[in-house]
Amino acid sequence: MKYIDPHIHMVSRTTDDYQRMAQAGCIAVTEPAFWAGFDRSSVQGFYDYFRQLTEYEPRRAAQFGIQHFTWLCINPKEADDPGFAREVVSLIPEFLDCPGVLGIGEIGLNKNTRNELTILEEQIRLAEEHGQMVLVHTPHLEDKLKGTRIIMDALAASRIDPGRILIDHVEEHTVAEVLDRGFWAGMTLYPDTKVTPQRAVDIIEMYGTERIWMNSAGDWGCSDPLAVPKARLEMRRRGHAVEIIDRVTLNNPLTFLGQSERFSVDVESA
Amino acid sequence: MNVPSENSCPMTRTQVLDAYFMEHRARLLDIAAFLDRLDRAAGEPEDDIRETSFRRALEILTDGRTGRAGRILTMLSDQTTELPVSAAGMKGAIGAPVSLTGDPS
Repeated sequence: MKYIDPHIHMVSRTTDDYQRMAQAGCIAVTEPAFWAGFDRSSVQGFYDYFRQLTEYEPRRAAQFGIQHFTWLCINPKEADDPGFAREVVSLIPEFLDCPGVLGIGEIGLNKNTRNELTILEEQIRLAEEHGQMVLVHTPHLEDKLKGTRIIMDALAASRIDPGRILIDHVEEHTVAEVLDRGFWAGMTLYPDTKVTPQRAVDIIEMYGTERIWMNSAGDWGCSDPLAVPKARLEMRRRGHAVEIIDRVTLNNPLTFLGQSERFSVDVESA
Repeated sequence: MNVPSENSCPMTRTQVLDAYFMEHRARLLDIAAFLDRLDRAAGEPEDDIRETSFRRALEILTDGRTGRAGRILTMLSDQTTELPVSAAGMKGAIGAPVSLTGDPS
């Protein structure tokens, strides 16, 4: 059994997690830039973080035979100060040609503010100008439905093909609209918020396997870096065919991520 | 328009009950005990949106219609359309909107 965890924050995880993920069949991860649990006090802090994502973390993953790719941005929670955010965004182009960089992400909204939306639009333009793919964070809990719609409208105003954009953290009340508008949809498997492995499998049963994946989004909070293999087991428990299980946990990520020239995973030899 | 498929679970109803009944029986009792705990807690009942929305969600659970998870999530969502300028001074998400609107479904 081989799988890809296409959204996980390994900078917040231990080396033991890499080992357990490799033992469970993980062959590749992609790591979007995110909020560290506290607001960084300087632009330089982001520069160091981008170096960690592009230089250090791939080497740590490689020790366990896991390929590491990344997405760069200023996350929406720290984007509420436009002046500061613009300075961070100005750093990103110098990193876009690094080997494992797949695009801009995870951009989006947090509390659905005008400031956040301004920086979201500017980062969409950055992706557009540099021909980058986009990974989108949708807001938490009660802010998700409204925020997801605002984000999709902002993306629709760009020239980026919706097929090169993945909108993450979908749930039962947002997945249909995301798929209807031509975007890819990501389901994040969390124990309390977002969706459990059981609900993710329910969503697949109801909405199909086209343009959808699941991820652990493992980070410093309540999360499980083995959530994807647990969802695979849930699908097996219900009697889903191996081909269907592989589609949503391996082949769909390969298809979406493979649109980037910097993404290459040899599944056979992994 | 993506419409959720019916009869898309590969298990029979009996198999679903065999696989999940005990787990969800425990969760049902957790909810019952949570409501009892609220009854036993000190202080008068307050007009707290979390409790109000929770009780409205329970109505959705028993209304006999499908799509319960999506309808509960929609009920628990902010339905406003205006955008504040900044998040300064705003609280983080609490899992329920500031106010509930309309029909519980």
